[in-house]
Amino acid sequence: MSSQDTTTTVPVWQHRMPKTRLALWFFWLLIVATFVYCWNLMTAQTMWVFVYDAPTAAADLMSRAWPPRFSYMERLWKPLWDTINIATLGTLIGIMMAVPLAFLAAANTTPSRLLLRPLALFCIVTSRSINSLIWAMLLVSILGPGILAGILAIALRSVGFIGKLLYEAIEETDISQVEAITATGASKGQILNYGIVPQVLPAFFGISVFRWDINIRESAILGLVGAGGIGARLQASLNMLAWPQVTLIVLVILATVVVSEWVSARVRHAII
Amino acid sequence: MSVANLQTFPSTWKKPPQMIKSRRWRIILMIGAVCYLTLALGSVEINWTRVIDGIERGQRFIQGFLEPDFTTRWRDIRSGLIESLTMTFTSTVVGVLISVPIGIGAARNLAPPWLYLICRSIIAASRALQEIIVAIFFVALFGFGAFAGFLTLSFATIGFIGKLLAEDIEDIDESQAEAIRATGASWRQLINYGIQPQVMPRLIGLSLYRLDINFRESAVIGIVGAGGIGAALSTSLSRYEYDSAGAILLIIIAIVMTAEYLSGHLRRLVK
Amino acid sequence: MLRIEQLTKIYKTGDRALTEVGFTVPKGQVVGLIGPSGAGKSTLIRCVNRLVEPSSGQIFLNDLEVTDLGTFELRRARRRIGMIFQEYALVERLTVMENVLSGRLGYVPFWRSFSRRFPAEDIAKAYRLLDRVGLSDHVDKRADALSGGQRQRVGIARALEQDPELLLVDEPTASLDPKTSRQIMRLIVEICRENELPAIINIHDVVLAQQFADRIIGLQAGRLVFDGPPAHLTEAALTSIYGEEDWAAMRKGAAEDALAEEEMEREARKLMRAV
Repeated sequence: MSSQDTTTTVPVWQHRMPKTRLALWFFWLLIVATFVYCWNLMTAQTMWVFVYDAPTAAADLMSRAWPPRFSYMERLWKPLWDTINIATLGTLIGIMMAVPLAFLAAANTTPSRLLLRPLALFCIVTSRSINSLIWAMLLVSILGPGILAGILAIALRSVGFIGKLLYEAIEETDISQVEAITATGASKGQILNYGIVPQVLPAFFGISVFRWDINIRESAILGLVGAGGIGARLQASLNMLAWPQVTLIVLVILATVVVSEWVSARVRHAII
Repeated sequence: MSVANLQTFPSTWKKPPQMIKSRRWRIILMIGAVCYLTLALGSVEINWTRVIDGIERGQRFIQGFLEPDFTTRWRDIRSGLIESLTMTFTSTVVGVLISVPIGIGAARNLAPPWLYLICRSIIAASRALQEIIVAIFFVALFGFGAFAGFLTLSFATIGFIGKLLAEDIEDIDESQAEAIRATGASWRQLINYGIQPQVMPRLIGLSLYRLDINFRESAVIGIVGAGGIGAALSTSLSRYEYDSAGAILLIIIAIVMTAEYLSGHLRRLVK
Repeated sequence: MLRIEQLTKIYKTGDRALTEVGFTVPKGQVVGLIGPSGAGKSTLIRCVNRLVEPSSGQIFLNDLEVTDLGTFELRRARRRIGMIFQEYALVERLTVMENVLSGRLGYVPFWRSFSRRFPAEDIAKAYRLLDRVGLSDHVDKRADALSGGQRQRVGIARALEQDPELLLVDEPTASLDPKTSRQIMRLIVEICRENELPAIINIHDVVLAQQFADRIIGLQAGRLVFDGPPAHLTEAALTSIYGEEDWAAMRKGAAEDALAEEEMEREARKLMRAV
């Protein structure tokens, strides 16, 4: 083989330069060292008894959690409906807030690069950095428990997600189409309407449906912190240690997630 | 350009429907959407007195956010932060190490059908279960603390990286793998020469991205007792200590932003 | 009529794209603008409707100084200048009709264009133009469903929908095959003749330029180095624009292209007669 030939006849050939190899080796060493350090810090408080005991605990839990209590289902329909509403209404509100933000944040459509663009970008980053569960905790603490807090939590988290993807789509639009519309003497609004919106519309629908799918997942657990939906039942069942109910609720959540993923895949396929 | 010429052409034009061609379906969908919205909005019960009470609390929160209090709960914040960060790093490393073989096993062009099925179901299970639900179970099994959180995040990482890695391997340039196969290379050599160079930059990028996500998640799973800064946040919010909560949120935002900036930078470097 | 005086463009990067270019285009004249890539052809055309802001110099469109207009007046001026683009630059996800009607955007208020309710005469005009460029059957198709030649015809219709007093044409044939290129050039020139429209056609294909334009202007590194009728474009002149090259061979190749095209047309006519 030719590779063997080169290694034997040209003995100085090496895969990497010695310097790069050293750097690479050092890099891996660093990762291992950091890992060991972090591991020790993290497990300093760990009660290893519980960990060694985990297999028996798991068997015990399984025996208590199975079979799921299907009769509980009749009390789950309403929370399930609420969960879907939280996700859908939250997504709609999120879209309404995200669209103007995205146009303010995109470098090619923003009316002011110095003031509005950084502000819009800051809103998007803030919304993205905070998990919807944290948004929900915050809103429950402010507005009180209930669906409203859930809807707003989902909306506030969606703003950043949709806003970011949408403004990136706006920035990636084909300039020549925009230039052509500009050349006809169109006003700013008309350039947006004819040159940019048609180009980002498919991306917009795709992003929205994608986010709706994620929101169904997230709204299912918001009840854990009091923001309504099926998660509230999960929390109640956990508090009562009613494990067969917990199993049923987890199964219902799984089914919802699978269905919503299927729906969103179908819709996205139909759009694109 | 004579007037007579103009009149021979139609002077009205209506844009044909683009997405749903059938008129009946458009109407059905419209009515369906309106019905759903009224029903959904109708089922939102709003306790207005509570909301109005909330306005004052909202103001206090904004104030707390603007004047964060890092000192009062600094001990909680510090230990929570250390747990979050260590958990993030260790779980990403372990998760990536496990997800590489699973990702290879879940690539249709490399793995035999039985292995493909096993790996795909592991990935599906990990992706379908939300981190917080997994955390609840791990806390029940392994007790409160960062170890349960570490396991949760590792498990979630497997699904995320495994799926994207498998898709990447399925999308590789077949001709390169073909060329390596043609030299008579073994399966391991094929992975090393034909696949690894093509997917390695992506894998590094994905790992960095997941590191980012794991930190964000580590701030949440503390709510159910799986360690990390989420616990401190949860307590301070339930006690209406908005200045401490604001401090924690600011720390989270700052770390997420730095991480995003750094990982974006690193990913460009790897490419 | 278009008059350009002392036009200079220096980009922010310090690149000098145009240096004191000046010429006048009278009514009905088709000018072929030639030069190597990077000579500033594209910049020159875009300076006329100020898609690119000139650094200094003046441009007059029928005594209106384009270089001295505010935002609103500039839009007024732009709607009188039709532009045809290299890669067609149609809004791909809109229908052919919407693309042609977008030529009226400078004339209608926002809400009318937003609801796609254009005045009746605009719509009739769009139908007439689509008929003129041979696309009557494709009115409701989306622009990305058309072939390259068809797209460029839509581009032409869009420019004419503006009722322009001047046509700016930027490399209309760059992404078309030789035969379609000829058809498109012929169509543009015919339309200019019909409406006595002045036009500047920026084109890299010297032979096409010579065949269709009334006058040739040559740019080299942002300077005007040739201005005259196509017949005066000698090998020496070409060398001054493009540098040393075997021009005779290039012309011969192009002549063969033209011959082949004629032959194909003859064959097609024979077939038609047979049918």
